[in-house]
Amino acid sequence: MTKFIIILLTAVFINNYVLTRFLGICPFLGVSKKLGQATGMSLAVIFVMLMATAATWPIQTYLLNPNGLGYLQTIVFILVIAALVQFVEIVLKRYIPSLHKALGVYLPLITTNCAVLGVTILNIDEGYTFAEAMVNSLGSGLGFFLAMVMFSGVRSCLEGADIPKSFKGLPITLIAASITSLSFLGFSGVIENLFA
Amino acid sequence: MTKGQNFLKGIIKENPVLVLVLGTCPTLATSTSVSSALGMGAAATVVLLCSNMVISALRRVIPDKVRIPCYIVLIAGFVTMVQMLVKAFAPALDQSLGIYLPLIVVNCIILGRAEMFANKNKVVDSAIDALGMGAGFTLALLLMATIREVFGNGTWMGIEIPVLVDNNISIMTMAPGGFFVFGCLIALVNKLSGGKNAKKSFGCAGCPSAELCQKAQQYKEEM
Repeated sequence: MTKFIIILLTAVFINNYVLTRFLGICPFLGVSKKLGQATGMSLAVIFVMLMATAATWPIQTYLLNPNGLGYLQTIVFILVIAALVQFVEIVLKRYIPSLHKALGVYLPLITTNCAVLGVTILNIDEGYTFAEAMVNSLGSGLGFFLAMVMFSGVRSCLEGADIPKSFKGLPITLIAASITSLSFLGFSGVIENLFA
Repeated sequence: MTKGQNFLKGIIKENPVLVLVLGTCPTLATSTSVSSALGMGAAATVVLLCSNMVISALRRVIPDKVRIPCYIVLIAGFVTMVQMLVKAFAPALDQSLGIYLPLIVVNCIILGRAEMFANKNKVVDSAIDALGMGAGFTLALLLMATIREVFGNGTWMGIEIPVLVDNNISIMTMAPGGFFVFGCLIALVNKLSGGKNAKKSFGCAGCPSAELCQKAQQYKEEM
């Protein structure tokens, strides 16, 4: 049990996908302006990360590895994720329209989100079991959520600030991201010692 | 547009990283040291060159409706080849790039160039465009990595720099330093270009997030 908690907290705080691993920067910079959009996008990412891990981990372990096809990982994973996202969208639209209404617009954006492909590949590279991989995906998704929500708050404070002309727009957003990620540096080393 | 202009636009006027702001994830992640930045730049350029040439050659064969999945499969194939070559001949580079090597697949520069250039132009022009964009990506990465390695580690390509090596600012090689240097560089580019960037053929349109992304929306309004 402790192992799962360590994996979860590490994925959320220490190896935060956005702020320390630099994965999923495009949605982080692009969709973080409004809190509502940031929340919707993050929930869709959590959902797709869990589904993608549930689909790709068995494929790698039971289909590719026993047949010596491990090198096909990149091609197979990106196709599975793309197909999965389309499939999920169709199923949600048909059977759970309320959830589709909330997450639907964000789903197609996620296909080429590097955080989703990243988490599925990292789960294999780290040698996690299926349960550990799912916990890691959940943690990564929650970390993405945390970073998005925190950052949309930071950005709303920037709206009224008097910023030098050349720094307006993206540069000041990146500098704000730099300071936000500074706060996550403080977590390194905390989790290992917590359970030592 | 002459062939020379086609090549040069990728380096200065439409630099994929500093002007179009594409491929931010690998830029931030692999610019911690000059050697890994060079490796990333070379790997992405090879993939971009191959994918642009093949997509351009097949531009009349690929049906318009399924073009994005086709491009992704082609790009993923080339990334796998590069991955295997790097693993075999440069295992140290494979270690330092880690997860970011397979993630070239989702680098929006490559899909963006396929969508914006290769599917409308001849093979030779597409190859020149790929080389220009690849060189622009590599040079931008190199610039960022130089700043981060020289100040963060006091070295350049592993060569120690006398005073800085004892007074390194190690935060520069960590995550916050990456965001900070990137932000400052883009501000510098804004300043030098007088606020009017070349946004005519921004690659974002190839990105599936374009509908929602404020950056893409903003460009659309300005166009």
